[in-house]
Amino acid sequence: MKRKIPVIITSLVGTVLILSVFFPPAERMGEDFSIFFDIIAVFAFFLGGGNLVRIHGNKIYKKARDWGFSAVTLAGFFLMLAAGLFKIANPGGIAADVTAQGSLFQMLYDWIFNPLGASMYALLAFYVASASYRAFRAKNKEATILLIAAFIILLGRTPLGVYATAWIPEQFSLMQIPNLAIWIMTAPNLAGQRAIMIGIALGVISMSLRLILGVERTYLGTDNE
Amino acid sequence: MKNVPISYPTFFIILPLLIILNSALTAQPEVTPIDSAAALIPRNITAKDFKYDRGETIELNWKPADRVNQEMLDGYEVYRAEESSDSFVSIGFTGPDVTRFKDNGVVSEKRYRYRVAAIVGDVPYLSEATPPASPTMELVNFNLANLFIIGCLIAGAVTYFIGHARRGKKLFIRKIAGLEAIDEAIGRATEMGRPILFVPGINDMDDVQTIAGITLLGRVAKVVADYDIKINMPVSRSIVMTTARETIKEAYMGAGRPDAYNDDMVRYITDEQFGYVAAVDGIMVREKPATCFYLGAFYAESLILAETGNSIGAIQIAGTAQPAQLPFFVAACDYTLIGEELFAASAYLSNEPKQLGSLKGQDVGKLLAMVVIIVGVVAATISQSWNIAFFTRLYDLMIKLFTVQN
Repeated sequence: MKRKIPVIITSLVGTVLILSVFFPPAERMGEDFSIFFDIIAVFAFFLGGGNLVRIHGNKIYKKARDWGFSAVTLAGFFLMLAAGLFKIANPGGIAADVTAQGSLFQMLYDWIFNPLGASMYALLAFYVASASYRAFRAKNKEATILLIAAFIILLGRTPLGVYATAWIPEQFSLMQIPNLAIWIMTAPNLAGQRAIMIGIALGVISMSLRLILGVERTYLGTDNE
Repeated sequence: MKNVPISYPTFFIILPLLIILNSALTAQPEVTPIDSAAALIPRNITAKDFKYDRGETIELNWKPADRVNQEMLDGYEVYRAEESSDSFVSIGFTGPDVTRFKDNGVVSEKRYRYRVAAIVGDVPYLSEATPPASPTMELVNFNLANLFIIGCLIAGAVTYFIGHARRGKKLFIRKIAGLEAIDEAIGRATEMGRPILFVPGINDMDDVQTIAGITLLGRVAKVVADYDIKINMPVSRSIVMTTARETIKEAYMGAGRPDAYNDDMVRYITDEQFGYVAAVDGIMVREKPATCFYLGAFYAESLILAETGNSIGAIQIAGTAQPAQLPFFVAACDYTLIGEELFAASAYLSNEPKQLGSLKGQDVGKLLAMVVIIVGVVAATISQSWNIAFFTRLYDLMIKLFTVQN
């Protein structure tokens, strides 16, 4: 029974969601199921928040290794929670929008949270450089092709690429580096991406059918009956 | 060269002519003033049911007023009244270039009349009321008939091969290197006495990629339970946390070691993308896992995670169906499950005939796609190069068959 009920729910919801695309009378049921999911997700948030507090609280209590990070995490969590819940320093008072300009919540978001997020995102530039360095080493035939293609695309998007091949006559304009870069992106690259997309679409159909038919049960922790 | 003096009479004739010519060349077209209200009133207004919806929309179309006067228009205002009533209420406004309006505020099977007014300044130039129209719900959305047929073909093939495999027929499935390496990667963590990190992406359980990641977690957790090593799974969604806990718990119970399971193996971090990445990076640098799995939906964080994993020397297996993130994983990870391989992984690892059958059905879909692409490319090329009618018709048919209408 512990397995059967989730499988029945999965089959029912999956079937209705598919039917709702093709049969307008089932559309509303499809929307309702999506709303059910949102409602469950809201309740599950309490579980997540509770788990965060419990794990980091235990770490601080036991003075476990790196407990200082846990203290910072919990301080941030409770400060943000209080600022949002009690609308601290909100110019419109308790009835105003939580994100009102001038409120502590919005200030914490604008001046601490956003810059920290942007810093993490900025790390990507350095990681792209180090990953490219490894990926573009001409170790074999495929890596060499990748290196040449990447070089053309990088060059094609800079003024140097335009100047370097501007002398090529118009009838051979495809050989001008910016045009070559565009061709690589719109022909071989796009073809490869579309092949992957077709594979993904088929994979999603196959996986969804396995779930709806109850053939795939690993997400329930076991694939046995 | 002899100078030819221009006489005064000639000058006085040429000058006005030049002025007239100049003004004729540079003059803006004059805007005709509104000679009558009728010139501004929208014409040929039609109100009809919007096809293939739930019966909640009526579509209005009209012809614009005279082109000259259109420049003066501020736009059109649409009014609606129920059939039995004469009190028209404004329900929307469109720009002067828009002559179409969808009324989504109607009730199925009720009958409505409409009037459209051209607005000039504050003055509305109202049209006559349309004949009554009522929204009706269609049972089938025939706009998506092609999609339905293609879906049925592929789903039929998958179901057929599942049944085929159940009857005991042998199926050949190609090797997937990334999946073959899972045992080896977990074995390495066991030898090194270091934990395994499993990242299921940043989307919730309503994303099929996350479900695929969780199904793989079930397989990984079984081996982890057998080898008695530590698994660490930071998640960014609460529902993923509860699902993953159940999955790992069941795997430990299946391995006969329920006592070794601990809820803290799976922990919630935050829903925020970069907050989550910062925390997972911190865990990696502090705990130095021997093996990292990234299986699910990833966005900009893919390379940050994979490069950090690379820097600590972990063996990394990644899989996602986000085409934009695949190159990053390929560059930074040891093995990458590309798109469909992520969805095939659980079936592949189970080695069960009925699950493997579904992969074979997927191959039929690929064959269909290949045939369609080849026929389409040939038809388009011949049609455009030699303009042969048969291939032009074939090309148009292919476009029609594989275009989804809304």
